[in-house]
Amino acid sequence: MTDSILLTTLDEALRWGKGKSLWPFTFGLACCAIEMMSAMGPDYDWARFGADVFRDSPRHADLMIVSGTVTKKMAPRIRRLYDQMAFPKYVISMGACASAGGPYVRGYSVVDGVDKVVPVDIYVYGCPPRPESLIQALKQLQDSIASGKVRH
Amino acid sequence: MEKVVEVNFGPQHPSTHGVLRIKVKLDGEIIVDAQPVIGYLHRNAEKLSEMGLYPKALIYMDRLDYVAALNMELGYILSVEKLMDVETPERAQWIRMMMVELNRIASHLVWLGTHGLDMGMLTPFFYCWRERERVLRIFDEITGSRLLYNYFAIGGVYSDVTPKGLEMIKEFVNTFPDRLEEIQSIFQKSYIYAKRTKGVGKLSLEDAIGYGVTGPLLRASGLKWDLRKNQPYLFYDKVNFEVPVYSNGDVYSRFLVRIEEMRQSVRIVKQVLEKLPDGEFYNKKYAKPMLVRMKGNGESYVPTESPKGEFGVYVIGDGSTIPYRVRIRSPSFANLQAVSIMLKGYKIADLTATVSSIDPVFGEVDR
Repeated sequence: MTDSILLTTLDEALRWGKGKSLWPFTFGLACCAIEMMSAMGPDYDWARFGADVFRDSPRHADLMIVSGTVTKKMAPRIRRLYDQMAFPKYVISMGACASAGGPYVRGYSVVDGVDKVVPVDIYVYGCPPRPESLIQALKQLQDSIASGKVRH
Repeated sequence: MEKVVEVNFGPQHPSTHGVLRIKVKLDGEIIVDAQPVIGYLHRNAEKLSEMGLYPKALIYMDRLDYVAALNMELGYILSVEKLMDVETPERAQWIRMMMVELNRIASHLVWLGTHGLDMGMLTPFFYCWRERERVLRIFDEITGSRLLYNYFAIGGVYSDVTPKGLEMIKEFVNTFPDRLEEIQSIFQKSYIYAKRTKGVGKLSLEDAIGYGVTGPLLRASGLKWDLRKNQPYLFYDKVNFEVPVYSNGDVYSRFLVRIEEMRQSVRIVKQVLEKLPDGEFYNKKYAKPMLVRMKGNGESYVPTESPKGEFGVYVIGDGSTIPYRVRIRSPSFANLQAVSIMLKGYKIADLTATVSSIDPVFGEVDR
């Protein structure tokens, strides 16, 4: 009986769907953007996990990957791009710079963490993180969306 | 009645190669004026380098031009070695040359892939990345890192090349030229690509020299100027290679120059593999405990040919263990200035082709 009938609520089915159809936003800041491109490249191919439709406009995207150092000049623009994204929206902070300032934290023009500007769901460590780490972060985000831990 | 419209291109745009913003003034669809606005990735690499010991500044050099990190390290290390009169063993210098040339290939492949994306071609991106990942696997094997290596050290390199690494390099240089041919034919067989790039974004030789443009852009404008030939450093005078020169100065010539440079890099790596001598890979006098006691006095500048153009670090030492001044001469910064003349008079649709042909990397433009 349990093999043939799938019992679920509409809410759960919706959450599962949301997690598996994330549209990331083509938005590169610095070094980590190159590793982000590697993650979408042929070797790591993160289209396997249902997040392959990179969109160039924030209005089409659900997932913003902040890949690189956030400077004081760029921070207002990041906030503006985040505001332009439609709900539901998620943010991955990729690498040491975006998470906490990284090696540039002592600089006068660097924001120590993108979480000062936009709410962050997942942090990825590394300078830069390997594509595997980014894929792991994506999987974690999908799991937490499906289990209802992340809500927007 | 004529009306000039001002359009902002960037700082977030898929084909700005980072965070470039260009203020474009348009008359219809003709570009009247274009002013680049930079500084969105200014992270004070120069000042932070002056806050630590000499070897510590290396991590900021890595992060200047992050697609060709080893080339950036080389510029700094050569300058510091000249400042401190450090002897480097021969094997270390050959290893450096080989790694730098491999990184030049990786950098040009990133350019080629993203240039394809800007021109509306998705396939070359995957082909280029497939080849680039092979180079990165070699770096992963030898240096232990994929993108930013921290591999060169004052007086040598941090680790010797492994036999497995050498095998991987041999396999790569033997198969890469054919694959490159394949990628090149995708571009050259495309009628649309030729239409969008031939005669677009022209830069005359006079303007190029006037603006301090170097690297592939200068060579595409018709001057045979390559620091590896004109002012040899490392052992570039002991290997044979050609310097590709084209005289049209348009986007298509820059494409041809970069493709040919990759072939020449393969040639250099092949020769290094034959000539690689045995011996030490670093100077024993400058082993790790010594690094914190290194003192520099005076000033030095060694220009090197990075994939983007002339790169050099001007270091002033005041006799202490911390550099007094680190001034970075970054090629993309100078090359990007010329964008306003390259764009003037062309159509707005040519903007992405021209900007991507400069190959700016914002880590080094803004520093």
